[in-house]
Amino acid sequence: MLKIWSMQAETAQAGQKKKKVTAAQLRVQKDLSELSLGSTMRTEFPNPDDILNFNLIIDPDEGMYKGGSFLFHFAINQNFPHDPPKVKCTQTIYHPNIDLEGNVCLNILREDWKPVLNLNAVIVGLQFLFLEPNASDPLNKEAAEDLKSNREGFKRNVRTSMGGGSIRGQTFARVLK
Amino acid sequence: MTEEVMPDRTTGPESQQRWKYLDTILSRPGPFTDPDWEPGPPVRSALQSAKILCSCLYMIFIACIHTLILDRGAGGLGCEILKNLALSGFKDIHVIDMDTIDVSNLNRQFLFRQADVGKPKAEVAAKFVEKRVKGVKITPFCGKIQDKDEDYYLQFTMVVCGLDSVEARRWMNATLVGMVDENNPESMKPLIDGGTEGFKGQAKVIFPTMTSCIECQLDMNAPRAAVPLCTLATIPRQPQHCIEWAHIIAWEEERKGDSLDTDDPEHITWLYQKALKRAQEFNIPGVTYSMTQGVVKNIIPAIASTNAIVAASCCNEAFKIATNANPFLGFPGTNNYMMYTGDAGVYTYTFEHMKKDDCPVCGNLAKPLVVDPDSILQDFIDSLAERPEAQLKKPTIRSEEKSIYYQSPPALEQQTRPNLTKKLSELLTDGEEVAISDPAFAITFKFKLIFKS
Ligand SMILES: [Zn+2]
Repeated sequence: MLKIWSMQAETAQAGQKKKKVTAAQLRVQKDLSELSLGSTMRTEFPNPDDILNFNLIIDPDEGMYKGGSFLFHFAINQNFPHDPPKVKCTQTIYHPNIDLEGNVCLNILREDWKPVLNLNAVIVGLQFLFLEPNASDPLNKEAAEDLKSNREGFKRNVRTSMGGGSIRGQTFARVLK
Repeated sequence: MTEEVMPDRTTGPESQQRWKYLDTILSRPGPFTDPDWEPGPPVRSALQSAKILCSCLYMIFIACIHTLILDRGAGGLGCEILKNLALSGFKDIHVIDMDTIDVSNLNRQFLFRQADVGKPKAEVAAKFVEKRVKGVKITPFCGKIQDKDEDYYLQFTMVVCGLDSVEARRWMNATLVGMVDENNPESMKPLIDGGTEGFKGQAKVIFPTMTSCIECQLDMNAPRAAVPLCTLATIPRQPQHCIEWAHIIAWEEERKGDSLDTDDPEHITWLYQKALKRAQEFNIPGVTYSMTQGVVKNIIPAIASTNAIVAASCCNEAFKIATNANPFLGFPGTNNYMMYTGDAGVYTYTFEHMKKDDCPVCGNLAKPLVVDPDSILQDFIDSLAERPEAQLKKPTIRSEEKSIYYQSPPALEQQTRPNLTKKLSELLTDGEEVAISDPAFAITFKFKLIFKS
């Protein structure tokens, strides 16, 4: 192997211009096969050939958000898993950790993301947000205040918002199944 | 700095002086030289005929905006590499860089002059080094590494990288790994990769498919310094938090549909003003236009001396690989990764980063597989279960373009199920690469399908 440089023969390989499966695709393929969706989650692929863009639907079967159906869009770039997936809630919902634009405050989607984490870790994290909304990491400050100061009132607001009602003038998407 | 008149160094005592020490190294063995190595003219000609690709020059132009010290002397990894290669006796160097020279960078750069503004960096740098080191040929290409294909990369002896993004590194790595043809030793091009971030840096040598690759090393990258979204949204504490808020939240809310172009001054100005307003609300001083630019473009502060050290290490390895004059980093089974830390004293650590068996890029190479284009996908899948080397009983298959068949998640299985009765020729083309994963194996298998009916 050490002496191969002195040979310097011209090499030409024809017919190799075919596109190769990218590193990000390979990794997403692996991650998808390891998803444990259980009975409360399912995926949706608007374009089945594009596995880097898909939706995740979470139907919590316990907790305050039980009965709702929440849709998240996953956009994964070619730099995955170096970059985390971009995840947004596509509905306007009332949740202390999700703002009205659908941005999600989940540590592993940003500051705590590592390439060793996989998509399953993300969906588990999202599912957990509906079981345990967290007032100490607020993205929707008002909802966080409600949760902190008046848990029962917060619960009522969750029900109102899930039915498509308004809270303090803000109308929410109807997400009841 | 002013333009100097350079004496002609092609001939005469000065030229001999320049190569004196190099000649000494190449004309007699040292204590670490391989016993089989023979010094003399053939080694020198190996060095001179080696065709080196240097990509790219990005770091020359890094605008260091965070501190005063950085502002004064941003060197350039690519530029250092280029200069060092030329001064190490390489004669045929190609350089790829996509950027053009910007006026705002001139005060920090030593290779470029006012008159060069607007010209491609690769071209100007090549001319400059050619002028300083007589006899070296530097071929510039102004563009992206992704613009070139395997035929282009096959012409080089090795590739030296000072790339600015992990994405570009991974692309280069996957391309070089994919080029390796077991029957042709020349298809394996050593990749020497240098990177710096502030006072830290690393230099590593990769023999594609033989030693740990960039993808195997992905988790070695320093974790990103991201701030929690809720901090940005509710309790910003630093000027950078206000800029990130403008970048991530305000832009989306107020300019939805407008895609952010970090090179557009109007966009940066808009973000700057948003950030400034927010900073005033929270009584945070320090938001400036250039800080906005730095945060939004994710500019990594570069320190000239770190670049010089890492570049020197990269070129040292290139020289040793080309001449065999001394043992080099990356020989299979030996150290391949040098880490340098200069923020508290000086510390370097060299070790062997192990290749990962389940690396999606180098864990398994595409093997040719002869298939009948008229057979249906289901038959192909059944045949995979019978292959002796790997009995793929539940294979998931994709090409770059298409999801051929997915075992899970259920939605994708349902959507790809109709493919099972299609002919292979309807789904794929002759020579196309497919990636096949199976829950029973950690690695992903790759095959290049060859049609033969
Ligand atoms: Zn690898």
